[in-house]
Amino acid sequence: MIARHRRDRAYLAFLGHRISGIGLAVFLPLHFIVLAEVLSGEAALDSVLAFTAHPVVKAMEWLLLVLVCAHLIFGLRLLMLELRPWRGRGADRRGWILPGLILALAVGTLAMLGVV
Amino acid sequence: MTDTIPVRVWRGGDAGAFQTFDVALRDNQTVLDIVTDIQRRQDPTLSYRFACRVGVCGSCAMTVNGVPRWTCRTHVAKVAAEGVLTLEPLRNLPRLKDLAVDMTPFFDKWQKAGGTFEGRKTRDDAVDPVKPGSRARKAADAAIECINCAVCYAACDVVDWDPDYLGPAALNRVWTLVNDRRHARRSDTLDKAAQSGGCGSCHSQGACMRHCPVGLSPTESIAGLKRALLFSLLGGRL
Ligand code: HEM
Ligand code: SF4
Ligand code: SF4
Ligand code: FES
Repeated sequence: MIARHRRDRAYLAFLGHRISGIGLAVFLPLHFIVLAEVLSGEAALDSVLAFTAHPVVKAMEWLLLVLVCAHLIFGLRLLMLELRPWRGRGADRRGWILPGLILALAVGTLAMLGVV
Repeated sequence: MTDTIPVRVWRGGDAGAFQTFDVALRDNQTVLDIVTDIQRRQDPTLSYRFACRVGVCGSCAMTVNGVPRWTCRTHVAKVAAEGVLTLEPLRNLPRLKDLAVDMTPFFDKWQKAGGTFEGRKTRDDAVDPVKPGSRARKAADAAIECINCAVCYAACDVVDWDPDYLGPAALNRVWTLVNDRRHARRSDTLDKAAQSGGCGSCHSQGACMRHCPVGLSPTESIAGLKRALLFSLLGGRL
């Protein structure tokens, strides 16, 4: 259970940012390995394509996209609120968090639909 | 017969346990009133701190139902919706006894952060006027009314994770100093904000500002320090 003093959208943003950051650090090298395989020839490409057709791999691809988007949006939010002077209500950009999360899910899903 | 409310109170230091008291409910009762009621009528050995009772001195902060709060201006009716009160000492500070914590690390960090003003003038010089409308003065004004209650310090997870982190209140103080044009050592003060455990450790998610009872935003102040440091880095002054 989330402790009471943490119950706020901003804590969700913090968790989202950290989990997506770690997820990216783990996933991206794997992603590059796969890309490198593709570069090493046609046979390799075929096996990679067969590999990416697997539903589990598709789900991972979707997750990777969502993580990248979420990390990017939450990162931009922090940079905005740290680098821009604060003016009035909404300066903490908490209003970005839920739309940001939805946007990340939407971008990931739309991209996958385009791919499938 | 008056209504009562069960109040679970932390007794002891690090090792300890909750003790439950039934306390009579009254109109406009604050959480501090409850604690005082217990000490006066049920157990005179209960330890806690307060002084002003009107939200000025910053000594009465405790953890109320899991949330750090100033207790003298927290109404029971507002925080005990579930019909129970659980009172613990503030998080992130050594527990002394019952509801009293040792505030030493909190104040030591104010010193370590370099929150001390140093003037350029002597008593023989003319007063150095500060324009109330200037941007720097407005920034300092927005952060100046800190009552040193350590509520933000208790709310901050980075303080919990990193014992060297200076914490929201000390850095908030540094920001007011950086914006004081009479302060003689602005760049030293700024350098200190960049020390390990300084403003760079803050994740800007704002638990401090959401809990600050007087509505300050240490998050904004720390962001200001980060900006000022970035500018001095870009200007080759760091
Ligand atoms: C797409 C552009 C990116 C932006 C705008 C961005 C922005 C940020 C920012 C501002 C932070 C600091 C968060 C904080 O103070 O709590 C951060 C943390 C982090 N980033 Fe990124 N980042 C990006 C890409 C990446 C990539 C590609 C990776 C992985 C390879 C990554 C991994 C991490 C990790 C592990 C953290 C630490 C998370 C934490 O401390 O909670 N980031 N990022
Ligand atoms: S914004 Fe920074 S100082 Fe405030 S609670 Fe979060 S980490 Fe701590
Ligand atoms: S910044 Fe607010 S919460 Fe923190 S010590 Fe000052 S008054 Fe208390
Ligand atoms: S007793 Fe002084 S602030 Fe609460």
